[in-house]
Amino acid sequence: MLVIKDLAVKFPSRFGDFTAIEDVDMVIRPGEIHGLVGESGAGKSTVGAAVIGLLSSPGYIAGGEISLGDTDLRTLTPSEAHAVRGDRISMIFQDPQTSLNPLMTIEDQLIETIQAHSDVTHAEALKRAVDLLEEIGIKDAAKRIKAYPHQFSGGMRQRVVIALAICTDPELIIADEPTTALDVAVQSQVLDLIKRLARDRDIAFMLITHDIGVIAQVADRVTVMRHGKVMESGETRQVLGAPEHPYTRALMDAVPPLDRRIDRFRVPEEAPIAGDGPTGNLAEDWLLEGQRSDLLGLKLTDLTVTFAAPRTSIFRKPDPYVALDNVSLTVRPGTIMGLVGESGSGKSTLAKAITGLVSPASGEMRLGDAELPYGKTRSRYHPSRQLIQMVFQDPYSSLNSRHRIGDILEEPLWFYGFVTERAERRRLAAAMLELVGMAPDAIDKYPHQFSGGQRQRIAVARALLARPRFLICDEPTSALDVSIQAEILNLLKDLQSTFGLTILFISHNLAVVRQMADDTAVLRAGRIEEVSSTENLYENPQADYTRSLLSLTPVMPKDWVARGS
Amino acid sequence: MVDWLKRREGVWLFVHSPAAIVAAIVALAIILGAVFAPWIAQVDPYDLSSFSLFDGLLPPVWEDGANPKYLLGTDDQGRDMISSILYGARLSLVIGISALTIAAVLGVGLGLAAGFYGGRFDAVVMRIADVQLALPAILTALLIDGIARGVLPASVQADLRVAVLTLAIALSLWVNFARTARASTFVQMQKEYVQAAIMMGQRPVRIMFVHILPNILGPLLVIMTVDLASAILLEATLSFLGIGLPADSPSLGTLIRIGMQFLLSGEWWILWIPTLFLVALVVSINILGDFLRDVFNPRLR
Amino acid sequence: MVYFILKRLVQSVFVMLAVAFLAFSLFRFVGDPVSQMTGVETSVADQEKLRDDLGLNDPFVVQFYRFTTDLLQGDFGFSYRTRQPVADMIADRIPATLELGIVALLISLIVGIPAGVYTALRPRGVATQAILMTTLVGVSIPTFVIGIMLIFIFGVQLGWLPTFGRSGTVQIGGWESSLFTIEGWRSLLLPAITLGVYQLTLTMRLVRAEMMEVMRSDYIRFGMARGVPMGRLHYRHALANTMVPVITIIGLQFGGVIAFSIVTESVFQWPGMGLLFLESIRFVDIPVMGVYLVVIAFFFVLVNLVVDLLYVAIDPRLRVRDV
Repeated sequence: MLVIKDLAVKFPSRFGDFTAIEDVDMVIRPGEIHGLVGESGAGKSTVGAAVIGLLSSPGYIAGGEISLGDTDLRTLTPSEAHAVRGDRISMIFQDPQTSLNPLMTIEDQLIETIQAHSDVTHAEALKRAVDLLEEIGIKDAAKRIKAYPHQFSGGMRQRVVIALAICTDPELIIADEPTTALDVAVQSQVLDLIKRLARDRDIAFMLITHDIGVIAQVADRVTVMRHGKVMESGETRQVLGAPEHPYTRALMDAVPPLDRRIDRFRVPEEAPIAGDGPTGNLAEDWLLEGQRSDLLGLKLTDLTVTFAAPRTSIFRKPDPYVALDNVSLTVRPGTIMGLVGESGSGKSTLAKAITGLVSPASGEMRLGDAELPYGKTRSRYHPSRQLIQMVFQDPYSSLNSRHRIGDILEEPLWFYGFVTERAERRRLAAAMLELVGMAPDAIDKYPHQFSGGQRQRIAVARALLARPRFLICDEPTSALDVSIQAEILNLLKDLQSTFGLTILFISHNLAVVRQMADDTAVLRAGRIEEVSSTENLYENPQADYTRSLLSLTPVMPKDWVARGS
Repeated sequence: MVDWLKRREGVWLFVHSPAAIVAAIVALAIILGAVFAPWIAQVDPYDLSSFSLFDGLLPPVWEDGANPKYLLGTDDQGRDMISSILYGARLSLVIGISALTIAAVLGVGLGLAAGFYGGRFDAVVMRIADVQLALPAILTALLIDGIARGVLPASVQADLRVAVLTLAIALSLWVNFARTARASTFVQMQKEYVQAAIMMGQRPVRIMFVHILPNILGPLLVIMTVDLASAILLEATLSFLGIGLPADSPSLGTLIRIGMQFLLSGEWWILWIPTLFLVALVVSINILGDFLRDVFNPRLR
Repeated sequence: MVYFILKRLVQSVFVMLAVAFLAFSLFRFVGDPVSQMTGVETSVADQEKLRDDLGLNDPFVVQFYRFTTDLLQGDFGFSYRTRQPVADMIADRIPATLELGIVALLISLIVGIPAGVYTALRPRGVATQAILMTTLVGVSIPTFVIGIMLIFIFGVQLGWLPTFGRSGTVQIGGWESSLFTIEGWRSLLLPAITLGVYQLTLTMRLVRAEMMEVMRSDYIRFGMARGVPMGRLHYRHALANTMVPVITIIGLQFGGVIAFSIVTESVFQWPGMGLLFLESIRFVDIPVMGVYLVVIAFFFVLVNLVVDLLYVAIDPRLRVRDV
């Protein structure tokens, strides 16, 4: 049993000690899966690192108690602590791609771990390793154990990681975002495995995640953290279904539900949107003036995109990798089309083909009545370069960190020749900032002075300043915390309805798409599996793939909600 | 936030790094001395009438038989050591900085374009860089020098020595810039702000120089410092090998070569004092380069 | 894997061709071979005949083809200065330079890799700071100054080792080696250290940087989290992964060793190829310059091919296909 009391961790810096977590209490019993949930900066990973004794330098435990069974973990010498690691406490990291040593076989890594903690012969260790892999769902383990990590797929690799973590029968496993890098189907298998291990082997799990759905699915108890402090703790059903702390309540409000559509998210500090104050009106009028033309739809017919595969033989030209395979899709003017797909399904390639960053091999693209030339042949002055704008996934890389916000926002204005006078451009840029809910004085600052959510607002403002008719949002909220995601989704909805934009909304998150899209298309391995109106697709999915996606996405059971409001 | 901290961190780290401060002072002192050599130096080593053989081989002031007029002694021709060193450092720095500028313009331009366009252009540039790597700096410099000897008429050779030397050093250093610029550009090309600029239809030149270049200045600055040290070393080495500058317009390397003749005799200062200056200058520049590397890549700290 | 190696082979051939082209252009355009070979008294007609005999009036491509095929057959032409076959001149000098370079490289690896590992594992130690400062000074002292200092201390002041030249050599099957006598080693030691110091500092800093990067990786942290013994983690896991990039760079450094051997040979009057090259530059002896270039590039390319093979041996991702 793991007991944490009043735990505090500090990171000394030259500006004084920074307190990463304080007053953290937690108890995890054998066989219990304890969820630790919170947004970025909540300190949840720090709790895990403190327990296993691997705080990144120069962090240190400033106070409190951590004990596992009868052992006080804080009084151990470094070598005693190292002996406890693996033997009694182990850990699973987020990314199975990087958690395994690429130069050693699975066998070597398993056996060295087993032999580090128990006095067994190589043959015994090997037998244990093979049995364990079989148990964990790797078929033909006696043969595959000889393989190197790169020979396994992502999901299989995470199983190997789990095997490494449990091969010494630890009492406690700290799982830090163990399924965040995995696709839905694999995630659900890995979560089942964790559940089974907790039950069968009586292992206690500390499951660190930002995903409320995952917690709801597998955790017995949950602790909610924010800014290094525990907000609320208790049984999962109790905490998520009837949250007591205002923060938990707000968090639950911001989580998009998969089973219904809500018009607007409730956001605690609602930012002023759309035309508050005279300057915001300026931007609104300017945009509306540009909207006099008709709504524009997009029609893709039999679009195929291929990439050259890396060459591995001299005699044979490799078959090209087909990223998009005869994709046909119609985005109706003035609506939002949701595009759902897992990683590698080709959804970003689709966006790149439309914007001209990649050239299709065949097929036709039409924006309104006009045909869109392929990327290679699309001139730099083609009108679509102004009509189509994009909001990117990563707000930390989509704004040039060496340019001021003002310069970033003014660029489309002079580039497309909308406003020639510099002072007028600045006024408009400032007004647009206000329109997207930012203070106009941001114009003189640099991107690094803003948070992720604020940057995404700036990115939206930049896209709007091109007076687009068609907006592509490629995973616009997947890098953001849920509460920020809710704000950005609200903003996009408002802008779409005010200015009659047509939007292609790309996401891997089914719940988010349900909140945003009028129609939804499901993409898998470069092919469209299903297109239909969003309501119809979610309530009555036709393709098997869609059905399995919907059923495997972890959500909170409906009957947990006991809220009146 | 990161950028802002980095800038402030840079200042903070500098103030708290004695090695960097000392290095900056030494480098600055030598550079200022070199720049103002014509006003500081008491004799002009290029002007035969300004010194006399009678003052030859005087030791530094702390040794017996010194003339207090010559703080660090004189060489066999009677030239004041300090003056020779200041003028020598001046020449070394002029060659080093000009070579560095040429190499940086050429290398950064090619590297940026290779990273931006990729494909065939990139392959060609990188293959040329491969060839250049197979023929390392000293070899390239020696080769260019050899070609110049073969091609240029003897009458202009002496006049063009500095130019040939500069060109030789520049050509042997451009690869560093090209490789660094290319690698950093590749990283930036993945960033969404570059994709946004390409989508808008902005001109490639603008994307490369207005958008990408400011974002890769950090690593380039580090290379620039380290390569300035290399350029000075290279010039000294070539002059030492007797292929750089002649004895009548000595750089630091030439001074050391002249001093070699006194390795076995008692006049140690003619060899070791210029050597000390050269090493102090290069060590200082390298310490500053190391410091910059730490600032831009704090993970190696 | 076969494709990877073949690709590297083709690239190597390209580099060799480019260098051969460079050497050929040198030969063809820097100075006129005919006027180099004849005196003032030779008549214009005789010169023209010689030009024809030498094939200098043939089309450029034909001349280049002949030049490369000659090179491949070991026909390197004659020196302008000594009128000897260049092949013999170079062959005489190769053992001296190679032995010097290899011993220097070994010194740099044997000292540089452990020092790099040590400083990476104890980044804040006092010894680490001292080593780092020393190597910084090490890269800043020109090779020739290091040579002079070593001569001054061990040759002049202490009188322990010879200050110049190569002695105590033994003929072994046409290879003149100084590795088999005490005397040979005594004369080799100072030049090899001089040449090795610069490479050593580079190797050490590189190993340190790569090792620190690897130590931060997830698989090392995961190894710590499951209690793999620290020694095994450092040497079996981290060092092996460090060596993958390090080997590549060491291959590239070989070019540096050869280049700096010119300087070292000059300081110690070591009778290797570098000294020959320096002399040929002074006398604008184009054939020797050109052939030297080709030979150096050949060694460089050869070493880098070996490095590629090593790379394949270390990294299973290049050896084993996905299942």
